[in-house]
Amino acid sequence: MDFNLSREHLLIRKMMADFTENEVKPIAAETDRTCEYPRDTIEKLFDLGVMGMCVPHEYGGAGADPLASAIAIEELSKQCASTGDIVATHNGLCCDPILTYGTDEQKAKYLPMLTTGHHVGAFALTEPNAGSDASKGQTEARLEGDHYVMNGSKVFITNGYVADVFVVFAMTDKSKGTKGISAFIVESSFPGFSVGKHEEKMGLHGSPTAEIVFQDCIVPKENLLGKEGKGFAIAMATLDGGRIGIAAQSLGIAEGALAEAINYTKGRVQFGKPISKFQNTQFVLADMELGCEAGRLLTYQAAVMKNQGQRYTKAAAMAKLFCSEHAMKTTTKALQMFGGYGYTKDYPMERMMRDAKITEIYEGTSEVQRIVISANMGL
Amino acid sequence: MKILVTVKQVPDTSGKVAVNPDGTLNRASMQTIINPDDLNAVEAALALKDELGCKVVAFTMGPPPAEGMLRELMAMGVDEGVLVTAREFGGSDTYATSQILAAAIGTYGVEADDVILAGRQAIDGDTAQVGPQIAEKLHLPQVSYAGEITKEDNALTVKRMLEDGYMTIKVKTPCLVTCVKELNAPRYMNIRGILDAYQQPMTVMTYETLKDHPLIDKETIGLEGSPTNILTSFTPPQKGAGMMLSGADKATTDQLAGILAEKHII
Repeated sequence: MDFNLSREHLLIRKMMADFTENEVKPIAAETDRTCEYPRDTIEKLFDLGVMGMCVPHEYGGAGADPLASAIAIEELSKQCASTGDIVATHNGLCCDPILTYGTDEQKAKYLPMLTTGHHVGAFALTEPNAGSDASKGQTEARLEGDHYVMNGSKVFITNGYVADVFVVFAMTDKSKGTKGISAFIVESSFPGFSVGKHEEKMGLHGSPTAEIVFQDCIVPKENLLGKEGKGFAIAMATLDGGRIGIAAQSLGIAEGALAEAINYTKGRVQFGKPISKFQNTQFVLADMELGCEAGRLLTYQAAVMKNQGQRYTKAAAMAKLFCSEHAMKTTTKALQMFGGYGYTKDYPMERMMRDAKITEIYEGTSEVQRIVISANMGL
Repeated sequence: MKILVTVKQVPDTSGKVAVNPDGTLNRASMQTIINPDDLNAVEAALALKDELGCKVVAFTMGPPPAEGMLRELMAMGVDEGVLVTAREFGGSDTYATSQILAAAIGTYGVEADDVILAGRQAIDGDTAQVGPQIAEKLHLPQVSYAGEITKEDNALTVKRMLEDGYMTIKVKTPCLVTCVKELNAPRYMNIRGILDAYQQPMTVMTYETLKDHPLIDKETIGLEGSPTNILTSFTPPQKGAGMMLSGADKATTDQLAGILAEKHII
C-alpha cells in the first residue's frame, strides 16, 4: 500500500494550486457577489486541459485518471466551490457517461466538443417531483421514425444555462418503471430545447443552475446513450463517479476554510496572545485537520478504485458523505473563530459556509448516501 | 531552428530564508522554485515555438533533483531537458558555471538559426552574469534585458529595457538574449503536458560527458575554478526611519544643508 501521490499527480496539484491562487482566488468574492458564471476562468481551464481531462487523447482529452480530476476539483474548491462544481459536473457527469456508454460515433462527435471544442457539459436527472426518488421522473421520450420526441422538464441543473451538451434521462416506456428510463445526449441547439428559471441560490453563486425544458424536443435516434431502458442504471453508475467529484469539492472547501482559520487565528490577538495559542482553538483546528486527512484518504481511495475497475459505489458514497459533512462542520466552526468578522463579506468564511451546505444535498443527500452505504453492507 | 534556454533552481525567498551559522544559505531547509526570470525566458521560447514550430531545449546545472524542475518545464511545453550534473561542478561561481553551461550548450550543438535565452538574473545571487558570460565563451552576440523579442529569418529584433528608456537592437542568430519579467507572463503547466512530461527525453551531461571540451578544465570549474571568494555574508541591519523636511522656503533649505554638512555629505 503506497499513500504517496505519483509525480504526475503532484505536478497536477502544483499546477492547479498556482492557477487557483492567481486566477480563481482574486475573483471568488466578486463571482459570489455578482452571481456571474466565471466564463474566462472556465475558458482557461479548457485551454489547460482540465475540462474533460479524463477523456482519452484520441478524443481531445489528456487521458488523466479520476484521481487527477479529483485533485484538480479539490484545489479549485479551496478558493471557489462554484468553479470546482462546474468542473466536477462537466468531467464526472457529462464526459464520463458519454465515454463509458457512448457508441464510437457518439464519442467521436461529442467528446472533442467537450474538450478542445470548449463546449460545457451538464447532467439532467432531477425533476420537480423526482429528487432523491429519481425513478419517478415524468420526462418522456417517444420514438417517432428516426428521432425521439422529448417532453418534460428538469430542475436544479448545474451548468444549466451555459451548457451545450446534456446527458438527459427520460421515460421511454412508462409501464416498465425504472427499466423504462433511457439516457440521451441532448444539445441545447436541438429544436424544442429551452432554458427555464435560473435558480437564485444560498451559495455556489458562480455555478449556473437552471431549469431546462423539453417541449416536443427533437432528439435524433442515434443520440440514445446506451440501450433503451438502461437509463436508470447509467444514471446511478454516473452518480457514483460524480460523488467522487463532490467529495473532492467538499474536501477543497474544508481545506480552504481550515487554511483561512489558521491564518486568521495566528494573527488575531485577544487577551494578550494570538487566539491560535488557546487550547480550545487548537483542539477545534486539530479536528478540522483530522477530518480533512480522513476525507482525503476516502476520496482518493474511491478515485483509485474507480480507475482500477473495482466496484466503488460504497467507497464513493462514504467519501461524499464524510467530506460534505466535514465541509459544513469546518466552515461553521471556522466562521465562529472569525467572530463578527466571519459573519461579514469582508472575509470569505460566510461564502464558504453557504457554499458548503449544498454538498450535503446535491448528487445524493447525506441521507441517500447512508442508504447507498447501508445497502452495500449485506444487511 | 531550436531555442536553448538556461534555467536555474533557486531557493524560494518568498518563504522563510534560512541561514547557516557560518552565514551561508541553508538551501536544504528551503523550498525550491524555478528562478522567476528564467520562466520569462522559457515563456519567450515557447511563444516562439507556438509561432514557428521550433524545438525548445532547457539546460540546467545542478544536483540530480533539478530534474524535477526540467520536468515541470516539459509540462509547460519544453521538448527536451539537459541536466548538467557532477560532483566536480559543485561550488561553481558565475564564472565556472558559465564555463560549464557554455561547454554543455556547445556540446549539444548551436546552429546558424538557433537562439539561446536566459533569465536576466537569479534571485539567489542577483549577479546577472551567467547569461552574458555564456555568450562570451561561445563567441556569440548577446542582448541583455529583453522586453520584447521578434524573429525574422536569421535575425532577432530585441527591445532592450533600460532604467530610463529602451533600445531596439537587431542581432543575427545564433545569439544569446537575457529576458526580464516585463517580457511576458509565463504560462501554466497543462494537464496533457504533465502526463507526458516524464516520457520526454532527458539528457544528462556529467563531467565525463564534458571533460574533453576546451572550456572544461579542473582549474576553471567547481569551487577550485571559481575566482569568487565569499569572505562573509550577513543580514544587513534595518535602516532607521528617514526624516522628511517639507517647505520651499530658505529656512527649510538651510536646515537641509545643515544636516548634510553635519554628515559630511556636502
